[in-house]
Amino acid sequence: MTRKNTLYLMVILALFAFALWVILPIDSERFGREGIQLGLDLQGGVRLVYQADLSSVESGDETEVIEGVIAVIANRINPLGVTEPNIERRGTNQIVVELPMLSVTDKQKERIGRTALLKFGELTTEEEARWVNDLGSWKPATATIYGQEKELTSSYFKENTYVDRDNLGRILLVFEWNEEGSKLSEEITGRLINQPLGIFEGDESLLGDDGRPIAPIVRSKITDRGQIEGLSLHEATELSKQLNAGRLPVPLETKYELTVDPTLGADFVALGSKAGLIGIILVMLFMIIYYRLPGVLAGLALIFYGALVLAAFKLIPVTLTLAGLGGFILSIGMAVDANVLIFERMKEEFRTGRTLGAAIEAGFNRAWTAIKDSNITTFIVCGILYWVGTSIVAGAPVKGFALTLFIGVAVSMFTAIVVTRTFLRLFVGSRLAKRTSLFSPYLGRK
Amino acid sequence: MLDIVGKRFWFLLISGALALICIILLVTFGLELGIDFSSGSILTVSFEQEVDQDQLERELAGLGYISANIERNPEGDFLIRTVELTTEEKAQLKESLAAKFGTINEKGFENVDPVIAKETARIAAIAIAVAAVGILLYITWAFRRMPSPFRYGTCGILALVFNVLVVLGVFAVLGAVLGWGINLMFITGILAVIGYSVNNTVVIFDRIRENLIKDVSADFKVVVNNSLVESLSRSFNTSLTTVLVVLALLLFVGASIQNFTVTLLIGIIIGTYSSIYVAPTLLVVWEKGEWGRLLHPAQF
Repeated sequence: MTRKNTLYLMVILALFAFALWVILPIDSERFGREGIQLGLDLQGGVRLVYQADLSSVESGDETEVIEGVIAVIANRINPLGVTEPNIERRGTNQIVVELPMLSVTDKQKERIGRTALLKFGELTTEEEARWVNDLGSWKPATATIYGQEKELTSSYFKENTYVDRDNLGRILLVFEWNEEGSKLSEEITGRLINQPLGIFEGDESLLGDDGRPIAPIVRSKITDRGQIEGLSLHEATELSKQLNAGRLPVPLETKYELTVDPTLGADFVALGSKAGLIGIILVMLFMIIYYRLPGVLAGLALIFYGALVLAAFKLIPVTLTLAGLGGFILSIGMAVDANVLIFERMKEEFRTGRTLGAAIEAGFNRAWTAIKDSNITTFIVCGILYWVGTSIVAGAPVKGFALTLFIGVAVSMFTAIVVTRTFLRLFVGSRLAKRTSLFSPYLGRK
Repeated sequence: MLDIVGKRFWFLLISGALALICIILLVTFGLELGIDFSSGSILTVSFEQEVDQDQLERELAGLGYISANIERNPEGDFLIRTVELTTEEKAQLKESLAAKFGTINEKGFENVDPVIAKETARIAAIAIAVAAVGILLYITWAFRRMPSPFRYGTCGILALVFNVLVVLGVFAVLGAVLGWGINLMFITGILAVIGYSVNNTVVIFDRIRENLIKDVSADFKVVVNNSLVESLSRSFNTSLTTVLVVLALLLFVGASIQNFTVTLLIGIIIGTYSSIYVAPTLLVVWEKGEWGRLLHPAQF
């Protein structure tokens, strides 16, 4: 018995040393994992969910189109310098973009999901209007080529659009039509001489640097190349880049956005750690005051518990969110439950006249079914929460909570059954065990 | 020995009344929905100067955000909940606030579209239903060797429904008075409470099973009461340690997850109460076929 216990103790100590080595120092690299992975809400960053408008896409082509969108978005994100961007498809028509540890401006965010498809329009009556701006009502400028009526858009631009300046130093966005585009343009501009040609992006008018809609007057037939005047240098540069390589095949709409400044995330980590530390100290104090020596052992087991859980988080790895941190802290309170069950049982057995050693064994054996049955309900709930967390857009915190609570409760069962039990058995053999008052203030008085 | 089961009608009456009050509160006030379920925006900002919350509220109302709700976290940041904001509206709002209160820093922003909100609400509802059924099945299974396992399952679920009702009742009031909206973290809290409070009930049922097998007494009432009293200090101590850590979370982390921590706090306390005073007493009433007496307080 004692030899087995010593063996258990050695294993426990080795495991503890291993857990400490894994987690300390916090940012150390162990088995290829550097530090504990933090979720967006703790390290800061952006999460965007776009919904693609697939109404113009033939069925069967959706996957290809979405993959195209993802490739374009990846290109646009590259220059932002995110180390681990994550872009993935969600359901049939949604795209999730995650940019951890990044402070981005609203302007940058807008550019990520921008269609960058310019449409040209001509003036029309109010009833027919597709766009309305200060200059009037507009409808898409169309022409019929090869027997089909087509809208004039930047999809007919060659991929060689560039920014230039005219003699007066004004910014020009210069483009060239491809074959189909030049036929369309010839028809349309020929029809619209001395009339304005409106330029739109999605539902909005393309605005110049002065904030007014851009709508040049057509002076002559345009067949091969054209230019757009009035944009700011920055806007023109950005647009030319996106027109050349980064045009999205379908328009996107932002359905969900979460932006967390890295400083806010850091605050949460600090506050959460403080809450966890204070929580663990309060629980230990309570256990020691109420259960005396076993309480001290449970406290030691709790420290072991904390190290083991954190090591598990790091190695699995679990992405820690604020809610996940909450789940971990909650599991500290719940972790001692198994100990409480056992100690209460021990006390009862002791009262019925058993020796301390027998009471400990009986306490553990009898408490086991209750520990097992009751924790299974928590596991069921964790399973459901995990499903919720993976099924919904804003589910990361829920998933984090489910994972940390699950790991926490599972490890707590192990620490209560194996660690506390080994500690207690070792003490039974020692001289301290003769002082029963150490085990409970109530025992002696029965 | 403490006689809890003997006063079962009183406890059930009080619990029933509490449940009724909570239902009335729920019906009267309804639940304020957070942006996760109703769509909208939460903008987290900090000001370099000291800003008064009431003043901020007045300023927002003046800007047309009448239903805006403001909360403050322990770091002093303001969480402003509004209807869905476009990028331009957000920029304008920040500009107006900066003009009034000085330099403003945007620390976080969340925007939820109705499409997403609807989907989230649907999944949350499914989750709660699945959890309830799953727990009922599990308790029935765990007590399959008892004479009437389904009774244990049902009493466990009734206690659970009671817990959830009380939490909802409290949030109806919090929503009406403080404008707290229920969000995804609230649902997470509710599910955690469901798991946790059933945990307490299962421990007590487990003791009843053990004492029935040991044949402690021929009277079911006595068996249940003994089991309750024997597990009393465990029930209190476990809840106390959990309440301690939840309090630490509530005090230090604050607004961002307060829905979650407050739900847990109420749920744990009520869950402990119901696992002692509701689930086992219901079991006795059912066993003895005393449902009729619940309606006649004179016979208590």
